[in-house]
Amino acid sequence: MAISLNLNGETHSVEADPGTPLLWVIRDELKLTGTKYGCGIAQCGACTLHLDGAAVRSCQVFVGDVEGATVTTIEAVKGPEADAVRQAWREFDVVQCGFCQSGQIMQAVDLLALNATPTDEDIDTVMGGNACRCATYTRIRAAIHRAAEILEG
Amino acid sequence: MTTTVSRRTFLKSAAASAGAALTIGFDARGALAMTAQSGGNITPFVKIRPDGAVVAIIKHFEGGQGTATGLSALIAEELNMSLQDITFETAPADNARYANLFFGSQGTGGSTAMANSFMQYRGAAAAAREMLLDAAAEAWDAPLDTLVLSDGVISGAGHSASIGEFVEATLNMEAPSEPRLKDPSEWRVIGVDQKARLDTRAKIDGSAQFSMDVQLENQMVVAIKRSPRLGGVVAGFDDRAARDVPGFIMAIQMPNNKGVMAYAETTWAAFQARDALDIEWDFSAAESRSTAELKAELLAMVDAEPEFQASDTDLLTASAAIEGASQIVERDFYFPLLAHAPMEAMGATIEPLEDGGVVLHDGAQSPAAGHSVLSQVLELPMEKVQVNTLYAGGFFGRRSTPDADYLVELALAFAVTDRTRPVKLQWSREDDITGGYYRPAYAHKVRVGLDQDGRITGWDHRIAGQSIFKGTFFESFMVQNGIDNSTIEGAYHNPYQFPAHHIGLTDQNGPTTPNWWRSVGHSHTAYVMECMMDLCAAATGKDPVDFRLSYLTGDGADQTRMSGVIRLAAEKAGWGQPLPPGHFHGFAAHKSFGSYVAEICEISTDDTGAITIEKFTAAVDCGIAVTPDVIRAQIEGGIGYGIGHVMRAELTLDEGVVSQSNFHDYETLRIHDLSDIETYIVPSTEAPTGVGEPGTPPAGPALANAIAASGAPMVTHLPMATNGVLFS
Repeated sequence: MAISLNLNGETHSVEADPGTPLLWVIRDELKLTGTKYGCGIAQCGACTLHLDGAAVRSCQVFVGDVEGATVTTIEAVKGPEADAVRQAWREFDVVQCGFCQSGQIMQAVDLLALNATPTDEDIDTVMGGNACRCATYTRIRAAIHRAAEILEG
Repeated sequence: MTTTVSRRTFLKSAAASAGAALTIGFDARGALAMTAQSGGNITPFVKIRPDGAVVAIIKHFEGGQGTATGLSALIAEELNMSLQDITFETAPADNARYANLFFGSQGTGGSTAMANSFMQYRGAAAAAREMLLDAAAEAWDAPLDTLVLSDGVISGAGHSASIGEFVEATLNMEAPSEPRLKDPSEWRVIGVDQKARLDTRAKIDGSAQFSMDVQLENQMVVAIKRSPRLGGVVAGFDDRAARDVPGFIMAIQMPNNKGVMAYAETTWAAFQARDALDIEWDFSAAESRSTAELKAELLAMVDAEPEFQASDTDLLTASAAIEGASQIVERDFYFPLLAHAPMEAMGATIEPLEDGGVVLHDGAQSPAAGHSVLSQVLELPMEKVQVNTLYAGGFFGRRSTPDADYLVELALAFAVTDRTRPVKLQWSREDDITGGYYRPAYAHKVRVGLDQDGRITGWDHRIAGQSIFKGTFFESFMVQNGIDNSTIEGAYHNPYQFPAHHIGLTDQNGPTTPNWWRSVGHSHTAYVMECMMDLCAAATGKDPVDFRLSYLTGDGADQTRMSGVIRLAAEKAGWGQPLPPGHFHGFAAHKSFGSYVAEICEISTDDTGAITIEKFTAAVDCGIAVTPDVIRAQIEGGIGYGIGHVMRAELTLDEGVVSQSNFHDYETLRIHDLSDIETYIVPSTEAPTGVGEPGTPPAGPALANAIAASGAPMVTHLPMATNGVLFS
């Protein structure tokens, strides 16, 4: 069936079974591949995007449930938190293979939007669901603190 | 995989390739076309566009280990430009030009990228520099020694112009056979500590293209249902339920009977259709054993007389030296099966071309393997097969296997179609965890004799496990006298100098398709060596660092460099200084892939005995540090990979079926597991050695030794979490 999707500021009509995970509609139908498949069961966070501004695992969201909602992916995420996170990620050269980093960044942007000055414990709690097999964790933590500093001005 | 090369061979091959590496060209396509037409043994690593932009051609794929930045740094250095101004492209499949000089074929592994490229890439860029300067001197009729090339501009003798203006003139030039490499005192890129990864930008805006991201017009996606029991084959199948999946195209039994391939319009449909297949399996030749039985067999093997003697010292000599000692320290160890589990599960795409050729789109650890597999399976001449190397979402060894598994699957999946539509193969995470390509399980048993002064009198070390290389294409050079070097590396040829040191090996007829896994044999031998060193030090009341240093005396390079990192790590971590109450240090050091790494793990324990890993301090000697921050990142990642697996990771078999399937039961390191890592790099003028793997081996034993220092028993069977250790 045709489903209307508000993705990155544009309205798309996609032909999909409403039970299809949003992740696969975005990747295979709309060809936006920055959002990654890592596990398919919400255990790794690689597919994290923003649904009405909140970080969610897109492998667990049915496309039929997001009509009318606003979906934002790594390709289009903007604003002071996103700018600060990207700047900090560059300053610390956080990435290695980079496959999980879209999800890490989308989760970190959400964290900073809700909590401008996260502690180590806050970061561990919110980022604990985002796996990185390259183990860039110490740099992720440092970069989130740095992004908070940038946001403070 | 480990490949060693003598210094003599290294210099010779580097010089030979430097002399041939002299091609620069026009534009994105023209440059390589130009070099191909010029014939001869040309190795094009440098491309200069008409606007003067410099592109490094990277022969080692970028899977996170920093090769794109490291190899580009070598080009930038000799062209006298900053790293921020260079870009890179991946090399096409071409063994003649882009072979790993240590392997003889194009591929990445054994932490060799920088070691085999250091002279080659600098030589190529230095030759390009000299030719550009020659061309400018001729154009301006100016003395060569009045001209300088800096930041893409040649200037002097009253002139100044972009290097792009001289590219055409270089094409007819004889290349200098011995270009002058910049003296280290002139370096402005190599060794500079900066955050300048060339792949960062594409990886923070979603634009980086991985294998999984290939989206070609009209492509089909294939998911394969493989045998639930390792080694089973298809006896028949029913796809009626799959036909109800929207987007399903067809289901075809694999020509090698290893599974049934579900073709669909999208990845999700392919996964759904695959799951809906009803397959009858023939398990007559399949694995039927379980982990308990396999583990017991391994432990019995190290109790018995070994099948192979892998050391000069025989068992009798070592046993005699140990039996007469005043005390004996003895332990057995067990290491479980492990999956590599890179974030990006395996997959690649074949694109048919109008001329009958194909392009393989792959995060290619071994472009040579993909090139060859597609040529053979599709019966195409090599020149009709191109390889487009993309980013790999991690690999840790997994994107190359002795049987090129996923590439063969993909080639078969494409071969049985009418070959008009692109075919993309995609593994799921469950395929990855249950797929059978694993770090084999191993058992070790070590008996050490100690005399009244606490000195080692003899060391008997027995290892049992499944050989990685026997029965593969690599057997002829990785296995000698029945001994697979990858099983004993790190125990054999360890820098410690022991008397009466025996190493015995017994092969297990293992259950899996064994594969090299980040640091290969060192992933288990270092754990055993370093836990035993701490146990021996404890048994004799000696300081673990002093005890190690006492077996690294003399002025051999191995001993000197190993002592160097041990002392540096100890100093930086404050080894021997008082720690806060409830905090403990553990030490480990290991040489692998030509590099020396020492690590100190600081843990804390709470009232319940739960352990928190507070900090790692590492020291590394990897020769000349080309890109120091990439080295630090690799040591950090290596430590994370090392402890992540010893803490919680284990695959088990239940009558030949893998019991784990995804990250919920094959647990990975998380951000809260590790707070802080400091890495120190030993200044060096030695040739560069590996950094992708050497951080991993000492991490596990440093953690184990810290846990033992807290008063808990030494953990000798892994993973720790199922063998008595509670992590907070």
